[in-house]
Amino acid sequence: MIDVKNLKKDFNGLQVLRGVNLTINKGDCVVLVGPSGCGKSTFLRCLNHLEEPDGGEIIFNGKPVTDHDIDHVRQKMGMVFQHFNLFPHLTVKKNITLAPVRLGLMTQTEADKKAVELLERIGLADKADTYPNMLSGGQKQRIAIVRALAMNPDVLLFDEPTSALDPEMVGEVLELMKELARAGMTMVCVTHEMGFAREVANRIIFIDEGVVKVDKPPQEFFANPENERLKAFLSKVL
Amino acid sequence: MQAQYELLSQMAKSGQTLNVLQDFFVKFYQAFIVADRWQQYIKGVGTTLLVTAMALALGVVLGSVVAMIRVAHDQQKPHHRNPVLGIFNAVAKVYATIIRGTPMMVQLLIMSMVVFKSSREFTLVGALTLGINSGAYVSEIIRGGLMAVDPGQMEAGRSLGLNYMTTMLEIIIPQAIRSILPALGNEFIVLLKDTSLITVIGGKELLYAAQGIMNRTYEAMFPLLGIACIYLVLVMLLSWLLSKVERKLAQSDRR
Repeated sequence: MIDVKNLKKDFNGLQVLRGVNLTINKGDCVVLVGPSGCGKSTFLRCLNHLEEPDGGEIIFNGKPVTDHDIDHVRQKMGMVFQHFNLFPHLTVKKNITLAPVRLGLMTQTEADKKAVELLERIGLADKADTYPNMLSGGQKQRIAIVRALAMNPDVLLFDEPTSALDPEMVGEVLELMKELARAGMTMVCVTHEMGFAREVANRIIFIDEGVVKVDKPPQEFFANPENERLKAFLSKVL
Repeated sequence: MQAQYELLSQMAKSGQTLNVLQDFFVKFYQAFIVADRWQQYIKGVGTTLLVTAMALALGVVLGSVVAMIRVAHDQQKPHHRNPVLGIFNAVAKVYATIIRGTPMMVQLLIMSMVVFKSSREFTLVGALTLGINSGAYVSEIIRGGLMAVDPGQMEAGRSLGLNYMTTMLEIIIPQAIRSILPALGNEFIVLLKDTSLITVIGGKELLYAAQGIMNRTYEAMFPLLGIACIYLVLVMLLSWLLSKVERKLAQSDRR
């Protein structure tokens, strides 16, 4: 579904990605881990061109991602942010329906119906007409996920979705992500939740020094880390 | 009252000294009532308000356009700079620099004596100049407001597939208005008072009326204090109106 070839990115001369190669297949739940500053968030943001890659190629559904039709690519590539980035001046329902309606994918009535369905699924139907600031962090993040889902994306990108949450709210967000993964949603997650990675991911990618160092299923990944850097990393986070 | 005034002014002319109260009465009567002079002040207020409104409309339109150009230019990705936008941005920058770097009085004189040398529409030229001047300041206010919105909001909008314009209109601008409005209100007040400057090019607003009467009566205090009071009342009314609008906005926005 997504084919990344030799992806490069630098920030003012500092090489963050030095040629990342990665294929993400339909139904994959890929978790990206690595020491901070290794470029995993940058990699994720390059996939939908929130950061402009400096080299290499990204093929999405058989077509190279270019600035020209980036808006179409993004409609099919949902993104969930660390800080939720809900629209504070709109109600929860409007947050969810804004994009599908403005892009002409649904009428307001259809979008409202879909929003209510999705909100019921995460048990927040009663919050449809409240504003985001009335919600807890966990609720906000779940609504941000629903907002991305309302576009019927082919793949969801998660950029540290639980890092800004209070510990007691991490569970509810991870639970929703697990549910999505089990339902067959293609997901790419940057996260520090090793438990989640172990339980849900079918591939764990270790990025270090701007390249993919390890790409293995979770059992192997945790059981016998051959790479020295990965060993050192795991000894710190586990 | 008129008889009283005529009597007292005759006394003054024949060399008698008037007491403080009598003097006050004569001068007040001269400044506001003789020959229905109060009508000139009313007319002046009308022109002042009209000029303010015209300059305001022009300033806000001009300021919004300039602010949008500059923000759009600054938010481009480094490798994909649009050359047309670059030219517009350069023009916008030069405009802001020149307008904010020269005195309003000089701008007024240049507009009336150089650019529109042959025009007799002094008030209109004044309004135009004030509008162009105000636009430069308004553009900075709006630009600041737009930049103050969390960049994550733009990313969130764009990540859903909305284009730049739609994201601006639906997500960024509605949030920016809250921080723009108080500063913009302040700019309105400054503008209202600055209309008095167009007197120097012959714009017939409130100060012009007062000066006309001063030249007739050789008496400065009452006309000047009078219009000072009128300006004060106008500004107080305007700030009251603005605070009402702000409160209304705060109500509808439960953040």
